[in-house]
Amino acid sequence: MDKFNDLSTEHLLALYRRMMLIRRFEERVYYLFLQGELPGTLHQCQGQEAVAVGVCDHLNYTDWITSTHRPHGHALAKGVSTESAMAELYGKVTGCCKGKGGSMHFGDPAVGMLPAIAIVGGGNSVVAGLGLAFKLRKTQQVAVCFFGEGATNEGAFHESINFAAVQKLPIVFVCENNLYGASTAYHAVSPVKDVADRAAAYNVPAQIVDGMDVLAVRAAAGDAIAAARAGQGPILLECKTYRFTGHSRSDARGYRTKTEEAEWLAKDPIPGLGNAMVAAGRISADNLTAVEDDVMRELDEAVEFARNSPDTTPEQALEDVLA
Amino acid sequence: MTTNIAIEERRLTIAEALREAIAEEMRRDESVFLIGEDVGVEGGFGGAFGVYLGLPEEFGHERIIDTPISEKVIAGAATGAALMGMRPIADMQYSDFLFECMDELVNQAAKMRYMSGGKLSVPMVMRAPVGATNRGAQHAQCPESYFIHVPGLKVVAVSDAYHAKGILKSAVRDNNPVLIFEHKLLYGSKGRSMAGGIELTTHVPQEEYLFPIGKAVVKRPGDHVTIVATHISLYRSLAAAEELAADGISCEVIDPITLNPLDKETLFASVRKTGRLVIAHEDTLTGGWGAEVAALVADECLFSLEAPIKRIATADVPLPFAPIMEQAVVPTTERIAATIRGLFR
Repeated sequence: MDKFNDLSTEHLLALYRRMMLIRRFEERVYYLFLQGELPGTLHQCQGQEAVAVGVCDHLNYTDWITSTHRPHGHALAKGVSTESAMAELYGKVTGCCKGKGGSMHFGDPAVGMLPAIAIVGGGNSVVAGLGLAFKLRKTQQVAVCFFGEGATNEGAFHESINFAAVQKLPIVFVCENNLYGASTAYHAVSPVKDVADRAAAYNVPAQIVDGMDVLAVRAAAGDAIAAARAGQGPILLECKTYRFTGHSRSDARGYRTKTEEAEWLAKDPIPGLGNAMVAAGRISADNLTAVEDDVMRELDEAVEFARNSPDTTPEQALEDVLA
Repeated sequence: MTTNIAIEERRLTIAEALREAIAEEMRRDESVFLIGEDVGVEGGFGGAFGVYLGLPEEFGHERIIDTPISEKVIAGAATGAALMGMRPIADMQYSDFLFECMDELVNQAAKMRYMSGGKLSVPMVMRAPVGATNRGAQHAQCPESYFIHVPGLKVVAVSDAYHAKGILKSAVRDNNPVLIFEHKLLYGSKGRSMAGGIELTTHVPQEEYLFPIGKAVVKRPGDHVTIVATHISLYRSLAAAEELAADGISCEVIDPITLNPLDKETLFASVRKTGRLVIAHEDTLTGGWGAEVAALVADECLFSLEAPIKRIATADVPLPFAPIMEQAVVPTTERIAATIRGLFR
């Protein structure tokens, strides 16, 4: 196998484009937010793109993911349309949740993503039910639960992985370990260095993955998802990653050192893949520019779509409570 | 020549009626399954109150799922499976344990439909036993009121076998999360003496039937005062009504059955007729569902009222263990009767 795991150039460019889309989406919405165009708050995922993209590359729309308060990358990686994601941030009826979810509840059942669950650990307990339904129906579907390292100190993490192991549920637990729960460092509140070590308590296989390398994530996720699909039960992947931004829009990141940030920025997964492809002669630098231009065009269109979409009405606030 | 053929009575306890409802729904629909602690263990007790005895033999352990003592995952798994189109019946061994899974019920099950803009639904049932039975503060509460406060949840309190069976079947078919609260002393014969000798069986027809969510039942018609009550307090209200009838006070006793959405029509019609309202529940007083009923009636029927609305509830204390103290704080027949007499002085 070559350093690109024998993936075609087309496939590699698709991974690159998807990561670039997430990166530029996050940058664009931050800009729109600062301009006062978007209400609410934002929890952004710049730096973590490789995890979402590497994992979701193996999933069909009939497979489901759960996400967190930081869901933009997961949504775009799973296939939520850029237009409906952008419109959701604008609070428009054309948004993926009709303006009822917002940034923290991105999701779309049509592509297999629950509304993101913004209670830390919340997705962990609900994902058990997704896996249980797939098992009972014998459908070969897989559920992926994205969560941060902070969630592993919640009871939900432990109850869920224990139950999933006992029931051999088709669930891949993907921990995005970005080192900090809001401002609190994981090592300051956790006695185990690696989240992966916690899986041993539940007899669940676990693997530490370089979350800044989309090909490494993709390879590990491919094995885990295939095993889950084959009925071998849950697996935990701990993807070591880093959010280049603060926890939310107003975070000045005083709890991290500039040195640490620089170290992680040097591992940026997007130029990481792009430069490697150029160096290997798979593509030229112009190809990467063309991808980026294409992404920018898609985002321009998404912003236009969102701006021109109809607002919600006050009456709609009262709809969709009960089925 | 016609003869009146007496319909043979088929008297069941609530536990038996619930078991029948679950079995019928599981036979009817493959997506229905049961999940909880101690629900299907071989040589176990068929759930904490024997409701599930015999079900594992018929449906197997794939559909009668024993969980670890993990309430968050019971509620979470039920929510997630329901989101995928299954129809789980989750069992909470004691309703006091619901506080272990408030996030799953309140933040997830109740809100997923709304947060998805109506694209998803959560057709799950959560059953939970309530009531003070000399077990102290953590196996005694009546927490229905916490949940009537949550948009997106339906809340039911069953007090007799006929309605328990009919509404559980409706709840399984409902596309929303439905919480069903049952009183421990009303399940069957074992609770009879502690329940004060209440007849705990009712006629349950052999034929299939449903009882709708959102419909109240007038248990005893009357003219002078409306009593709204559930569970043991319902039977104590009926006993008080009998006692008061001798004094010429005619009580109309209503079992609301569904606490949210409440059958306001039946409630308001009764209060407009009687002009008096008493609410009796074993939940504690402050913020209990009786307060909501009182507020609704004050809002809609104030000018029909001839007396203040009275709530008879458990005192605002954690439930004590000692039987003397326990009975001192929960609504009793005597307290209900005395309160009603006070409205006619």
